[in-house]
Amino acid sequence: MSATALATPPPPAGAPLTKKILTADHPTWCPGCGDFAVLHAFYRVLEKLQYPHEKIVTFAGIGCSSRFPYFVNTHGGHYIHGRALPFAAGISLGGDDLHVFVFGGDGDGFSIGGNHLVHTARKNVRLTYVIMDNSVYGLTKKQTSPTSPIGFKTKTDPTGAIDQPINPMRTLLNTGATFVARSHATQVNHMIEMILRAAKHDGFSVVEILSECVEFYEGAFDSSIPRKGGTWTLVDEKKNDGTPEDAARHDTSDEVAAFKLAQQAWPGAFGVFFENKARKTKNALEAELVVAAKAKTKNASDLALLQATLARMR
Amino acid sequence: MVSPNSPETPGGAASPAGPARSIQDVVIRLAGNSQDGIQSIGGFLARLAGRSDQDIMTYMTIPSTISGGPSIFQVRMGTGDILSAGDRADMLVAFYQHSYDAHISSLRPGGVLVYDSDHVKPAEGDNRFTHVPIPITTGTVEAVGGTSKDKGKNIFVLGLIARIFDLDVAKLAALIKERFGGKDESIVRNSMLAFDAGYAWPQNNLRDLFFRFEAVDRIAGSTGRPQVTMDGNQALAYGLIAAGVRHGAGYPITPWSSIMETLRAEFPKYGGLFVQCEDEIAAVSTALGFSYTGQLAVTGSAGPGLSLKMEALGWATMSEMPLLVINVQRGGPSTGMPTNVEQSDLMQAIYGSHGDTPRVVLAPKNVEDCFYIAFEAARIAREYSTPVLILTDMALASRIEAFDEPDLPTLMVDPKPDRSERGADFKPYPLDKITRHAPPGAKIATGKYPTVTGLEHDEMGHPTGSPKLHTQMTAKRREKIKALAASLPAPELAGDSAGEVLLVTWGSTWGPGREALNRIKSAGVTAAHLHLRHIHPLPNGLENIFTLFHRIVVIEINDEGLYGFGQLAMMLRARYANPAIVSVTKTDGLTFKVSEIVTGVDKHIVSATLKASLGAASHSALAKL
Ligand SMILES: Cc1ncc(C[n+]2csc(CCOP(=O)(O)OP(=O)(O)O)c2C)c(N)n1
Ligand code: SF4
Ligand SMILES: [Mg+2]
Repeated sequence: MSATALATPPPPAGAPLTKKILTADHPTWCPGCGDFAVLHAFYRVLEKLQYPHEKIVTFAGIGCSSRFPYFVNTHGGHYIHGRALPFAAGISLGGDDLHVFVFGGDGDGFSIGGNHLVHTARKNVRLTYVIMDNSVYGLTKKQTSPTSPIGFKTKTDPTGAIDQPINPMRTLLNTGATFVARSHATQVNHMIEMILRAAKHDGFSVVEILSECVEFYEGAFDSSIPRKGGTWTLVDEKKNDGTPEDAARHDTSDEVAAFKLAQQAWPGAFGVFFENKARKTKNALEAELVVAAKAKTKNASDLALLQATLARMR
Repeated sequence: MVSPNSPETPGGAASPAGPARSIQDVVIRLAGNSQDGIQSIGGFLARLAGRSDQDIMTYMTIPSTISGGPSIFQVRMGTGDILSAGDRADMLVAFYQHSYDAHISSLRPGGVLVYDSDHVKPAEGDNRFTHVPIPITTGTVEAVGGTSKDKGKNIFVLGLIARIFDLDVAKLAALIKERFGGKDESIVRNSMLAFDAGYAWPQNNLRDLFFRFEAVDRIAGSTGRPQVTMDGNQALAYGLIAAGVRHGAGYPITPWSSIMETLRAEFPKYGGLFVQCEDEIAAVSTALGFSYTGQLAVTGSAGPGLSLKMEALGWATMSEMPLLVINVQRGGPSTGMPTNVEQSDLMQAIYGSHGDTPRVVLAPKNVEDCFYIAFEAARIAREYSTPVLILTDMALASRIEAFDEPDLPTLMVDPKPDRSERGADFKPYPLDKITRHAPPGAKIATGKYPTVTGLEHDEMGHPTGSPKLHTQMTAKRREKIKALAASLPAPELAGDSAGEVLLVTWGSTWGPGREALNRIKSAGVTAAHLHLRHIHPLPNGLENIFTLFHRIVVIEINDEGLYGFGQLAMMLRARYANPAIVSVTKTDGLTFKVSEIVTGVDKHIVSATLKASLGAASHSALAKL
């Protein structure tokens, strides 16, 4: 794989980022896996954003979905199961000019990484997190996941899952994430719009994407695929156009309304559930601490500062 | 009152010089409750020593109860090198009956018992000690008056000690003013009233106890710079800053917490940040994220938290990410003895992960070394692109020592990340070179951006299942640590260059080990002391040194384990296959007393075939110490 990849000549400096430039290793996913479409949408998002190539970071934990960074030609990394978010927080806080994207599965994000999700979200660390939810453990070959519905037969629940699954949208809203959206791997344009809006959000943004595992949970999301007889319902966002219909539309800044959307019966609606544009990011708050500390020490040099500290300990 | 702790003067009385008797050093144990501020007496004495030419080492225990409860502080001060906290106290100051009951056994026969006669009734007819009853509580209340009750007892006692040991009152008064200066005026005034009352306590009531420390020239090797006084955790935190570390993440746990508290407050002043995470796994992950951006970061914990970091440390080895990990050891396993000392995390630090993970593990020997070890750890992490663990311990964390102020202008490291463009030959994992990661923000000339990964990979970071590559990459990760080992010179040997006994120590057992050497040699046994600062990989040439001694006695605060050897001893035996390597261990949660080491060494001399070759004379000489 690597040898052929090296054969392509480097793009001319300053050339716009295209899917061709952004393509790296050929995905190892099963043919028909929903994750291909997510990858395709992400290329399109990066084409639209045109960030400086070297400032994009694609990061992940472990799982089929978490192999994502190998398939995107940007700086990036493949970390350990469930812990990509705190690592990515270090990237974002350590390099405030970087654009950090994290990809992962339902097990990675809601099970082993559940606690990190809560805390990275509540701290509002600036990064975009895409969860590819297939309601099963794909990489480890069909065990029950925290989003597996009751009755779903897996290798760890041969007679069908018995534990109450989590409601991903309610969980995400509860974390304090400042941008929460839901999408579907069969709706590429919708995914592009959601990831794009998430990327432009100044804070912790998360998009949950239903992405079918054709190998271990075929047909999981048919009920939301029109050509398979399902219903595809979009969140009807407020347009603020003063019309009477607008009053009934969804206000993305209304947390209670967002929870109501999350409570809808399966398959529910897709779109932006919640967005809080006011809350400061941890990135900004930490930067303020630096500014305040530097003002107090009158921008003394590192050497002068430490010398003064040690002098007080004489 | 010559201290029994002075290696050069193991017994006998000092000749009185005028009204004050001359002494070399003294061990004072203060026993009271934690809210009495006895720790701050130690702090004042430490700083005074730092501003004088006396050396100091303090020892303290923190009560395991959160507020209140018994607490002690032991301070050893004197002229010359002070290596350990002292086996037994020359003076005990008992604030309460329970303090007296619990600590009278730590006072050496002939020592001085100062007690608060408002609270303490010593055993009748006990004439082993010089009894000095002083109404510390009423004395303080009368001196300070008003609403402060007995607050200030500690400063009253400080005044007493200043009088008895002829300390520099002007310097102490200045320290008190500095310490309380920022606060309410009345606090400084009350403190000085308490101090003066203690200092002016009628001399005949002090039973004419009056000592003066021998004057010495400044210790050889002294830099002439002023001394600074701090505990080991502070020294480590400031050492990290000087070594150019500006980022970190952690989760609180005793005795690591004070490092992260310091860094959380200090890093922003230097343009950095320290993140308090939801747990230790998040902390090591966030720190690795910082390091990935090209800025060497620190995380830390105590034993239980280090266990949580292990999977991530495996990733750090595999992805070849530099990182500093501090582990302030305490008594384990589990919550164990959280406020006691132990050196039982050595194996965890070296081997505690999945897979083959060659690690770098360092340990500081005293408070001053906590500052400098940060440089060595940061140097190695950057040069070898690897995680480096620093094993310090509860004793170093809480001990205050005075040492020469570091020469910051020559030491300070500038921490800028290298975001320069990487050339066409850039490979994240070259087989023939040490990895140098390109941080995000750095352009890559080929247009092919690298993935840092925990999967086995080829030179470009692509995942591979190739048996050949796994063998080659495992060797790459091993060989760079071996290259580090090859660059480490053998540690200096103190004492005889060959002979009967070689003492081997690591971490905070350095001081008692060195002092034990002096005592063992003074008994006529040929002996040397070797201290390991680089524990993994081991420095060069130890095998040659080991062959020069009949017995290599490894001294460490951990259990002898299933096979009769402490953790370092076990590793040295495995590494050098030398049956002369034996172990002296203990598990009482306290630092080594010099006498415990001497006794332990003595046992090994008796039990071995060496007994014959050494002859009874040297053995019995040792036993007498
Ligand atoms: C510490 C640890 N525990 C378990 C595993 C095994 N493991 C790898 S991926 C995975 C679950 C993957 O499920 P999900 O996150 O939903 O991703 P998917 O493969 O479905 O995309 C598990 C249990 C691991 N790699 N590391
Ligand atoms: S196992 Fe499922 S999730 Fe994994 S690649 Fe195949 S289809 Fe996709
Ligand atoms: Mg899954």
